[in-house]
Amino acid sequence: MVLNPSGDVARQQGDLILWSTGLMLLIIVPVMVLTVLFAWRYRASNKDAEYKPDWDHSIMLELVIWSAPLLIIIALGALTWTSTHLLDPYRPLGRLSPTQAVKASERPLEVEVVSLDWKWLFIYPEQGVATVNELVVPVGRQVRFRLTSSSVMNAFYVPAMAGMIYTMPGMETKLHAVLNRPGQFPGISSNYSGAGYSHMRFTTHSVDDAGFARWVSEARAAKTPLDAATYLKLEKPSEKVPVMRFGGVDKGLFDRIVQMCPDPKRPCDTHNMGHGGQPGVNNRHAMPGEPEGALFKGNEEKHGGDHQSKPSGPAEGTQNPGSEANRNMTQLLRPRVPGASAADRA
Amino acid sequence: MSDSILKTIFGRLTLESFPIHEPILLVTFAGVMLGGLAVVGALTYFRLWGYLWKEWFTTVDHKRIGIMYIILALIMFLRGFADAVMMRLQQALAFGGSEGYLNAHHFDQVFTAHGVIMIFFVAMPFVTGLMNLVVPLQIGARDVSFPFLNNFSFWMTAFGAALVMVSLFVGEFARTGWLAMAPLSGLDYSPDVGVDYYIWALQVAGVGTLLSGVNLIATIVKMRAPGMTMMKMPVFVWTSLATNVLIVAAFPVLTAVLALLSLDRYAGTNFFTNTLGGNPMMYVNMIWIWGHPEVYILILPAFGIFSEVTSTFSSKRLFGYTSMVYATLVITILSYLVWLHHFFTMGSGASVNSFFGITTMIISIPTGAKIFNWLFTMYKGRVRFELPMMWTVAFMLTFVIGGMTGVILAVPPADFVLHNSLFLVAHFHNVIIGGVLFGLFAGVNYWWPKALGFRLDPFWGKVSFWCWVVGFWVAFAPVYILGLMGVTRRLRVFEDPSLQIWFIIAGFGAALIAVGILAMLIQFGVSILRRDQLRDLTGDPWGGRTLEWATSSPPPAYNFAFTPIVHDLDAWYDMKNRQAARPTGGYRDIHMPKNTGAGIIIAAFSAVCAFGLIWYMWWLAALGLIGVIAATIIHSFNYDRDFYIPAEEVTATEEAYGRQLAAAGAA
Repeated sequence: MVLNPSGDVARQQGDLILWSTGLMLLIIVPVMVLTVLFAWRYRASNKDAEYKPDWDHSIMLELVIWSAPLLIIIALGALTWTSTHLLDPYRPLGRLSPTQAVKASERPLEVEVVSLDWKWLFIYPEQGVATVNELVVPVGRQVRFRLTSSSVMNAFYVPAMAGMIYTMPGMETKLHAVLNRPGQFPGISSNYSGAGYSHMRFTTHSVDDAGFARWVSEARAAKTPLDAATYLKLEKPSEKVPVMRFGGVDKGLFDRIVQMCPDPKRPCDTHNMGHGGQPGVNNRHAMPGEPEGALFKGNEEKHGGDHQSKPSGPAEGTQNPGSEANRNMTQLLRPRVPGASAADRA
Repeated sequence: MSDSILKTIFGRLTLESFPIHEPILLVTFAGVMLGGLAVVGALTYFRLWGYLWKEWFTTVDHKRIGIMYIILALIMFLRGFADAVMMRLQQALAFGGSEGYLNAHHFDQVFTAHGVIMIFFVAMPFVTGLMNLVVPLQIGARDVSFPFLNNFSFWMTAFGAALVMVSLFVGEFARTGWLAMAPLSGLDYSPDVGVDYYIWALQVAGVGTLLSGVNLIATIVKMRAPGMTMMKMPVFVWTSLATNVLIVAAFPVLTAVLALLSLDRYAGTNFFTNTLGGNPMMYVNMIWIWGHPEVYILILPAFGIFSEVTSTFSSKRLFGYTSMVYATLVITILSYLVWLHHFFTMGSGASVNSFFGITTMIISIPTGAKIFNWLFTMYKGRVRFELPMMWTVAFMLTFVIGGMTGVILAVPPADFVLHNSLFLVAHFHNVIIGGVLFGLFAGVNYWWPKALGFRLDPFWGKVSFWCWVVGFWVAFAPVYILGLMGVTRRLRVFEDPSLQIWFIIAGFGAALIAVGILAMLIQFGVSILRRDQLRDLTGDPWGGRTLEWATSSPPPAYNFAFTPIVHDLDAWYDMKNRQAARPTGGYRDIHMPKNTGAGIIIAAFSAVCAFGLIWYMWWLAALGLIGVIAATIIHSFNYDRDFYIPAEEVTATEEAYGRQLAAAGAA
């Protein structure tokens, strides 16, 4: 998959693996052959082999053994310098495929990505729609992702499309990529983020322009818009969340998420980071919901030392055998997610 | 009793903190208890407690402390390997909608514990143990510079390990991955005791690691035998020196970053939180500024072992000693300039990424030179394939692949598709098993006769060797392949059924390694039973070249009756060549340090303090801290710290060794 992807960026990255492997095999193979050869030829039982117990230095050999790796690393270093700049995820693509350059007139599709505990939120600011665990992009068009996270670090990775980039709370990263083939490609979080991490999957649909337009109008038809209140409910931890669509998106929601203040009632740190008579960001008390240091906890607040896998209440299996939830051993309740149908919620 | 009083006494420890609902843990607990009771019973029955306390727990003899470090490492290795097997089984099962047999709560603890234990409580004590055992002997010293500190360092490491083990049955361990990355490890996302166990286990053990680093640097710099200039030191001493310099320079960073994390968790500061000006990236940077040198802390001593072994078993001087030394120093320095390659994917710019990518590649040049040096040491030698040499050749063939995949990962755009993938997992297991562990096994087979006076059984050693080497490749080749298929690490369940076969193959590899471990334990057992046949009478069973082989096996408490004088690299080989006569008279009293129980007592109080902090039992933490301070003060007033081994005793010991040598020579 990594070596035969469907996106041009991933293809170049995969080719780079092959090139660097090839370069290094130039030295690895002789070393391995010589190891076996010397080990066999100079085995103690072979009395015919030459034996020079005090031979321990040779200027020529030393030159070779330092310069041969050096030459390979110089070649590889040059390759690294150029390819790292060329394939910098922040840099807009120069080409869509080996044969097709990016047209100056064509703007990339903007997608804003937020990793939540434990699902993916995709916001299409230009189309005014948002989805959970479903990424749809037009085939052959450059996509510019802006990424962040709501709580802990994750990494956004569609192996068929392009290399991964971290999503980090309070920070924004960028990724430029393109998918050259239509189809469905798995996407994952590739940085461990807690209990629901294994199920943080989404499908990337690469569709033609008409298909994309059709999909956008379908998504717009979804009744629930993604406003701050909906988002705050959505960002609560949940697992195995089904695909959701939102027919509208609050303006600036992504930027507020980046600044860790999606709740309109809470000021953004950047608002009071100024020194002009305002209190600095570090100069306020913990707000409700923010944890206190252990030393300040009253006795009634000391909890959390339990083995969390202890059953909470009677086991579901005894009451509802055959339920899908019985397979979920993480003991987290099925998510009650906005936008899901009543049937999904049951 | 009211709830508040209970909470004051027990903090957040309740009956629910014990895993009474966990069948796997209950069975393990019963097993550990029965085994523990059997050991305690046997020790009591054979009246060995006094012996253990007087001769081992309180010892300041670097050889015995080294052996205790290695025993600790082997015990923890069994635990860490059990974690590995659980992961392999889970990942081989959890396909097609199956959740496997471990829930997220368990699986996440298991992979965290596996990493923490294998690095901090297996590789580190194993390496430290071998350095402790061998370095003073190789430089012709009677002990390390600070013998009491050495004992204390060991017990701090051991009690740190004990805290990790306690977390198995009391509460839980961290569910954050082995580096406890912020903000996941902060109070917001990990409010439970797991991360606190992590922090305090590493802080307690870290004191031991740092102090033993200081100790060994002082020993190597100040206590070399006359004539042993820096460029006449055995390569293992050089790599140990480099490793301990790295320890002393890097471990304070780990201590600091964990201290800041604990301030976040205990005092409500915001160093690494998401809001209020906290910066999780600072945690990532700091932990890797420690974390990358840590890799070289582990591998450099292994390189030293391979150098000693290759030269000894090729019956030939080491090729390119000088370039070996410079290669070691270059690696030492460069290891501080590469830490960012662990997070190319966190959004740093292309120039920064290329810089760190290229510095990483540059490290492969001195490493490559080392490989060539070992290669040309075999060239025109007489290579004897005893077990240490077999491990060395297996290392050379295995490690170059790990090195190659490491350089691939150092190319940032390639890393974008391979970072956090199973390819990465396979890479670091390739270098840590194929490099560090193979080196340690070579070292154990090589120095066992020196430490204990008899060789290891070669048959079971070979069984173990082949199971390990083949098992390693069966276990990790599929993991490389999975990584190239875009599969990432720490996943508990999988959707794509075509991946399952690879995980099953990897599971078989792990089973093969399990056989290798079993064979190694049998090897130890068989060797102990057959010790009379395997006895090393001469003190020099392999035709050694360095000074540790110049004394008896096991060496007397004072190592050398007379401090040897060094004229050449490979001092013992030089002495044998010149037919230097062993001194047989004129022995004098030998000044030696006295055993003390202060080390184990202070370390135990530290562990008590840590346990109190973990569970929010503030009174217990205070008690532990007071205990540490009081015991330290009391120990500082202990002036009865040394004694003399009388000349008669030295004479008797040396004459017995002389008779043994004569008998061996006649035979």
